[in-house]
Amino acid sequence: MNADLGVEIRGQGSGERGDAGSLDARALRGRFPALGRLINGHRLVYLDNAATTHKPLAVLDAIERHYRLSNANVHRGVHTLAEEATAAYETCRHRVARFVGAADARQVVITRNATEALNLVARGWGARLGPGDEVVTTEMEHHSNLVPWIMLARERGVTLRHVPVTDDGELDLAAFARLLSARTRVVAVTAMSNVLGTINPVPEIAEMARRVGAVVVVDGAQSVPHLPVDFATLGADFLAFSAHKAYGPTGVGFLVGRLERLEEVEPVWGGGEMIREVHLDRATWNGLPHRLEAGTPNIAGAAAFPSALDLFEELGLGPVRVHEQGLVAYALDRLSSLGFLRVHGPLDPARRGGLVSFTDPDIHPHDQAQVLDNLGVAVRAGHHCAQPLMRRLGETATVRASFGVYSDHDDVDALVDGLMAARRYFGS
Amino acid sequence: MSADDPRSPSPRLAGSGFRFASEQSGAPLDDLYREVVLDHQRHPRGREPLARVDASAHGFNPVCGDEVEVRLALDAESVAGVQVTGRGCAICTASGSMLAELVPGLDVAEVFRLIEGFRDLLRGNEVPPELDLGDLAGLGGVARFPVRVKCAMLPWVTLEDAVRSHAIGHAAGVARAGKEEP
Ligand SMILES: Cc1ncc(COP(=O)(O)O)c(C=O)c1O
Repeated sequence: MNADLGVEIRGQGSGERGDAGSLDARALRGRFPALGRLINGHRLVYLDNAATTHKPLAVLDAIERHYRLSNANVHRGVHTLAEEATAAYETCRHRVARFVGAADARQVVITRNATEALNLVARGWGARLGPGDEVVTTEMEHHSNLVPWIMLARERGVTLRHVPVTDDGELDLAAFARLLSARTRVVAVTAMSNVLGTINPVPEIAEMARRVGAVVVVDGAQSVPHLPVDFATLGADFLAFSAHKAYGPTGVGFLVGRLERLEEVEPVWGGGEMIREVHLDRATWNGLPHRLEAGTPNIAGAAAFPSALDLFEELGLGPVRVHEQGLVAYALDRLSSLGFLRVHGPLDPARRGGLVSFTDPDIHPHDQAQVLDNLGVAVRAGHHCAQPLMRRLGETATVRASFGVYSDHDDVDALVDGLMAARRYFGS
Repeated sequence: MSADDPRSPSPRLAGSGFRFASEQSGAPLDDLYREVVLDHQRHPRGREPLARVDASAHGFNPVCGDEVEVRLALDAESVAGVQVTGRGCAICTASGSMLAELVPGLDVAEVFRLIEGFRDLLRGNEVPPELDLGDLAGLGGVARFPVRVKCAMLPWVTLEDAVRSHAIGHAAGVARAGKEEP
C-alpha cells in the first residue's frame, strides 16, 4: 500500500503475527500507544471499543506521513504532491472495496462517518419517496439509523414502521414479515446492535425485503470491524460504517452501495469536486462516487485508513471474530455468575458480537463506570444513542463493555473485579 | 516515558513535560462520593408526596437518561414543601435529597441564591461566604469530575423550572437571562 508514493513505510507489517485462530492480544497492545497509559495508577483496560477503537502506530504514522510529506488537495492538481494525495485517497477507496467485497471501487463513497453515510441514503435516495411509502427500521437501531428516517418522514410524509425486539434481544422476524408490503420502500437495519450485541440475520432480512421490492440499508458501524463481511452476497443495497471504530482515524466513514442504487442517490451537498460543469445558474454532476463527495475530504484520514485494513488482513476477520466471540463467551459467563447483574441481549455468544451490556439494580451505570475508571477500566455508561431500545429494555442506561483485537481475558477479569469493588464501595 | 518509547504520545509531547491530569494524582473517588453524599443516596429525603402541589417540573438528562420530578407546595412568598422523585445516579439522587432538605422555608430569592451558590461550588468558583450550603457542600468534589456536574445540577435546574413556572417566581422579580447550562 502506498508503495507507489515512494515513501518508506515504517512500522508496518512488522510485529507479532498471531498463529491462525489464536490472536495474541497482549502482543498487539504494544502497537497501540494509548493502551500503554496508566489511568489512576492502573493499566488502562479499554473496553469502550464500540464507541471508538484505539489506533495502531501504523495508522498514526500514516497520518503524520501524509501531512509531513504529501500534503495536497485531491483531484485538482497536476503537481507531484497532488498526485500523491489523490493516489492515497483513491487507494483508500480501493482497499475498502476489496475489504468489504465490493467489485468496483466506485461503489465506495467516502463520508465523514457512518452517520453521514446513513443520512446520505435517507436524503439522497429518500428524495424519491413520498406519502404512502413506508420505511421499516427496528427498535434496536442507533439514533443514526432512526433520526435520518424521522427527518425524511417529516419532510416527505413517509410512514415509519419498526420491527420489535423480543425479550431475548433479537429482532422479531415474524413481526417483520407482517410489516412488509408493496408500500415498503426501504428496510434499514443494523447488522449488529451496539447495545445488545445481537447479530441480525441480514441476508435473511434482505431477502425478505427484496421480495417486496424494498431497498436494504445496513448499518455496519458495529459489524464491519468485527465480523467478516461480503457486500456481494450480503443482499444489501447500501452498507454504512465508520473508520474510527475499525482502528482507523475519526472523520472518515463509508457508504458502500450497489452501483445502480448509488446512481439513484441525489447529491445532498453541492460544491467542489461533485460537479462536471458549472454555470452561474445551473450545473451538471460528476460521476460516481465523486458526485456524492463535495468539498475537500479528510484526506489524511483516508490516506491512513488502509494501514488499519492492513491489520485486519494480517489477522484475518475470521480469527478476529473467533477471538472476540471467545471473549464475549467468557464475559457472559463471569458476569452472569456474579448473580447481581441483569445482562442484556442473547445468551448464545454465537449470536452476538464482542460486547455486553448490563445493569446492576442497586448501582447506577454512571456510578459503576466511575468506580471502574478509578481502577483504569474504561466502559461506556448511558443510553448508547439508542433511547427507544432503552425504553424497550425498561432501563434508562446500561454499562457496556466492548472488545477489540487487543482485548483479552485479563481485561474481562479487571472488569469483573471492578464491578465487585463497586458493590463494596456503595455498600450494597 | 522516554522520547524513543514507541508508546510516548509523540516525541515532542514527551519532551515537553506534558502529563495527563489523571497521571498526576490519584483520582479522588472518595472526594466525589463523600460519606454525606452516600448517606443521602442510600436514604434519600423528600420522597413523600405533598398534600398540595402548586408547581412542578420534570428534568431529564439526555446524556444518561436520568430523570427528576420536583414538586413544590408554595406559600405567598416562600417554599412550604418539596418532593423530589426520579431515577438517577448517586450524585443526582444525593443532590435531590439535599435539595428536599434545604429548600423548604426559603423564599424565592433565597432559593435562587442557593442555586447560584451551588453552581459556583460545582464550577470550582468561590461560594459567597454568607451562604450556607449545608450538606450540599459535601458535593464539592464533583467540581473535579466535569462530566458529573450535570448529574449534581439536574434536581436544581428542575427546581428552577418549577419555581419559574409559578407566579411566585415572576413576582419575586428574579431576572436571569435565559436558562444557563450548569
Ligand atoms: C450501530 C451504530 N450505528 C451508527 C453509529 C454511528 O457511528 P458514527 O458516530 O461514527 O457515525 C454507531 C456508533 O456510535 C453505532 O454503534
